[in-house]
Amino acid sequence: MNTSFSSNNHAVTTDSATDAQISLRHISKVFPGRGGWLNKITGQASSDFVAIEDIHLDIEHNTFVSIIGPSGCGKSTLLNIIAGLSSATSGEVIINGEIVDKPGPDRGMVFQSYALMPWMTVQDNIKFAVETVYSKMHVKQQQRVIKENIQLVGLTGAEKKRPHELSGGMRQRVGIARALAINPQILLMDEPFGALDALTRGFLQDEIERIWEQQRKTAIMITHSIDEALLLSDRIVMMTKGPAARIDEVLDVPFPRPRDRNTVENHPAYLKLKKEMEDHLYRETRAVEEAQIKP
Amino acid sequence: MTVIQQKIINQKSGNKLIDNENVRALLLFLLSLGIFLLFWEVGARMKLFAKGMPTASLTITELWYWVTHPFYNNGPNDLGIGWNLLISLRRVAIGYTLASLIAVPLGILVGISQIAFKAFNPYFQLLKPVSPLAWLPLGLYIFRDSEMTGIFIITIASIWPTLTNTAFGVANVDSDYLDVSKTLGASRWRTIFKVIIPAALPNIISGLRISMGISWLVIVAAEMLLGTGLGYFIWNEWNNLYIPNILVAIFIIGIVGIILDQIFAYLEKLVSFGKQSS
Ligand SMILES: Nc1ncnc2c1ncn2[C@@H]1O[C@H](COP(=O)(O)OP(=O)(O)OP(=O)(O)O)[C@@H](O)[C@H]1O
Ligand SMILES: [Mg+2]
Repeated sequence: MNTSFSSNNHAVTTDSATDAQISLRHISKVFPGRGGWLNKITGQASSDFVAIEDIHLDIEHNTFVSIIGPSGCGKSTLLNIIAGLSSATSGEVIINGEIVDKPGPDRGMVFQSYALMPWMTVQDNIKFAVETVYSKMHVKQQQRVIKENIQLVGLTGAEKKRPHELSGGMRQRVGIARALAINPQILLMDEPFGALDALTRGFLQDEIERIWEQQRKTAIMITHSIDEALLLSDRIVMMTKGPAARIDEVLDVPFPRPRDRNTVENHPAYLKLKKEMEDHLYRETRAVEEAQIKP
Repeated sequence: MTVIQQKIINQKSGNKLIDNENVRALLLFLLSLGIFLLFWEVGARMKLFAKGMPTASLTITELWYWVTHPFYNNGPNDLGIGWNLLISLRRVAIGYTLASLIAVPLGILVGISQIAFKAFNPYFQLLKPVSPLAWLPLGLYIFRDSEMTGIFIITIASIWPTLTNTAFGVANVDSDYLDVSKTLGASRWRTIFKVIIPAALPNIISGLRISMGISWLVIVAAEMLLGTGLGYFIWNEWNNLYIPNILVAIFIIGIVGIILDQIFAYLEKLVSFGKQSS
């Protein structure tokens, strides 16, 4: 983006590029069970559930990180903790050297369900974000930011439409534009393309790759797709199955940027990485199923 | 081949009007109405029904008279039906507006705050099932004025649906919308006005619609005991033992009820944004 505040941001990030931008320090999340005599009598009591345990990870500036793992392992739980939407039971999230426990406009979020306000037009959805975060910005400038971001995701012409008039792919473009319009330092995405068909998904992946090359924001994306992770990420975090899910392994993705599907798939390391991820997912998912069969 | 095609085309164009579902429904409606009126007319002429039951033709003549002479005034016991209708509508408008002004903000408060919900819910639960007419003597005692009492009854009657629907809508706003608001760091007020209220609007309007229906039901009953208004018109005709006018009033009350309801149906459609496609 070519607004003035985004270049400021870049200056800051290059200054401290050696340090990690996001540090996850031994994060655990326990969902408390239902105790008490009433629940015991009615047979509804349940014990505490340890979703994730001791997650420790450093993420450098301007890296794109994907999190992949068997379903139900706690990926969303972890991302929500980073977003500040839910709090860790123990451990802390440190962003730019400060502990964060609340949501804030330094982190932009893209939701799997798009989470667009149905009563607002495309433009108003983005405007809501810009007005909220940059309430002191001049209206003219706000309008410019909104327009730029609509252009960025290729929604020009659909500004006055309401979300229900758009396809899933177009809706998620609005979701991405809304997250980027507040110019966050960090972009968080929870299965952003999970609800889309394969073709649309491919288009949006290419779009994310193009935008990421332009802006190079630190990004954390949850995905179930190995190809998606390999196309977009610098690092891929593989989690074990839950309960008490941990980080099993972090893969570095060496493909040169800018990337496109063909060059990535022809890279010598591609098949090896893909195999490694497939084995991991297969093993963990298998273990999940076995755990369900056993009483 | 060509003959068959020609036949199909003929059939299609010939039956086009009758094939339309709405046209068919209208025809069926008119047919049943005709049979009903005929049965009524013949039955009443042959004195098959209760003694003094008017014929359909007499009732329709009366309806025509009232519709063409709605506004005259020969004192409270002989007032044109138009005046009575306006009196009833005015009472409903004032009472209903008062109720909405109380119910919507209170519903929002109760929907947002768990504590407020728990604290005030016993009142709502206790008062909701009470027939509004039970308040009538109390109203008369407090206000010593039939006009004020009518408005009071309407207010009490139309608070509950709006209140409970608003609270439900506010308490069940999609958590995704709230997460968006939180991640942007929106203030509490901004979240309430820009997210929670618009998201709950369909529920709020449904509540207002039910409340309007109830007001219209209750005003007629209340007015039988209050003097003036459509309810009193019916009561007065009962005292005169003139049945055709009672039937005329029932018909007019029904038509006005439909119009009021349709206004809210239209509003509901305005705020649904593709959620319900009816
Ligand atoms: N509020 C909650 N209370 C209790 N348990 C919860 C709660 N939220 C999530 N869990 C449990 O925590 C575990 C992790 O959930 P989470 O949604 O983070 O998984 P996920 O990896 O995002 O799964 P998916 O791939 O299906 O999106 C699940 O077993 C889930 O049942
Ligand atoms: Mg999830």
